[in-house]
Amino acid sequence: MSSKFDAPKVAEIHQHLHSHLPSESALRVKALETLLVDKGLVNPQTIDAWIEAYTDQIGPKRGARVVAKAWTDSAYKKRLLQDAPAAIDELGYLGKATAHLKVVENSDRVHNLVVCTLCSCYPFSILGIAPAWYKAAAYRSRAVREPRAVLAEFGVDIDDDVEVRVWDSTAELRYLVLPQCPPGAAGMSEEDLAALVTRNSMIGTDRNLG
Amino acid sequence: MNEQVEKTLKPLASLDGAAAFDEPWQAEALAIADTLVQNGMFSAGAWSEALGDALRKSGTSGASDDQQTYYQCVLTALENLIAQHSEIDRAAMAAKRGDWEQAYLSTPHGQPVKLDAIEDH
Repeated sequence: MSSKFDAPKVAEIHQHLHSHLPSESALRVKALETLLVDKGLVNPQTIDAWIEAYTDQIGPKRGARVVAKAWTDSAYKKRLLQDAPAAIDELGYLGKATAHLKVVENSDRVHNLVVCTLCSCYPFSILGIAPAWYKAAAYRSRAVREPRAVLAEFGVDIDDDVEVRVWDSTAELRYLVLPQCPPGAAGMSEEDLAALVTRNSMIGTDRNLG
Repeated sequence: MNEQVEKTLKPLASLDGAAAFDEPWQAEALAIADTLVQNGMFSAGAWSEALGDALRKSGTSGASDDQQTYYQCVLTALENLIAQHSEIDRAAMAAKRGDWEQAYLSTPHGQPVKLDAIEDH
């Protein structure tokens, strides 16, 4: 029987014993939160409420309601295109991330696509947390360079005579696409129309709804 | 999403439908960042610059282009900004991180891990 110290084996046992130890990143976040709470710089209830809101409540349905209202109420649509934050505030959805927002409208001749080339600026107060692809370097770099190819990857083929406009979001100005109302939607209720609006159509990686 | 559809999706589109957060710390980091912007410790523009800087450095270092990398950059940017805009410095962060590790290691399984005012179940 060998009495040799088996370092890898000991490490494995140690790892197993302490497998409930959080990851390095989780420990660093815990450290930050503790320090900030101790100094009175954040309230732990605020953090918990934020996480609950963005996990369960705040998502693209808010944006879909804004779009459906614009489809059914031309006066609202006009206000939305002129001053999006004020129009969104009418529905009670205004947040810091929508305080500086511009709504860009799709038409038969124009398709709008939104990206944040620098980081991941996104109107999360009305669309929720940005999808993984929106935050990927591949999307951030390619959306401007080759928007039609990116759109094709999402299954959106844009006719050559349709202009593709790419909007680069910043912390100071974010964008929401107002997609076209699907044909045959006349007479539908605002609620039923909202159900047709996809998250991607409000970012521009979806076009023909219904 | 059925398997066949999933196979035909291109890389970007195939990322759709992924959970916003893979692990709780990612949500916590983003929640802290947004709260500090709202509290005025730093501006939304400063946050965007810091996150963009972390993402750019991560990209040039060859890190994988995924959510894990993205949230690592969120955490890096958050630590940088807190160090710049508050009295909390790197040493304090490292010390408190060590305290948490010790608390986890010394707490028997099944019991809540406690440290100061924060309790983590």
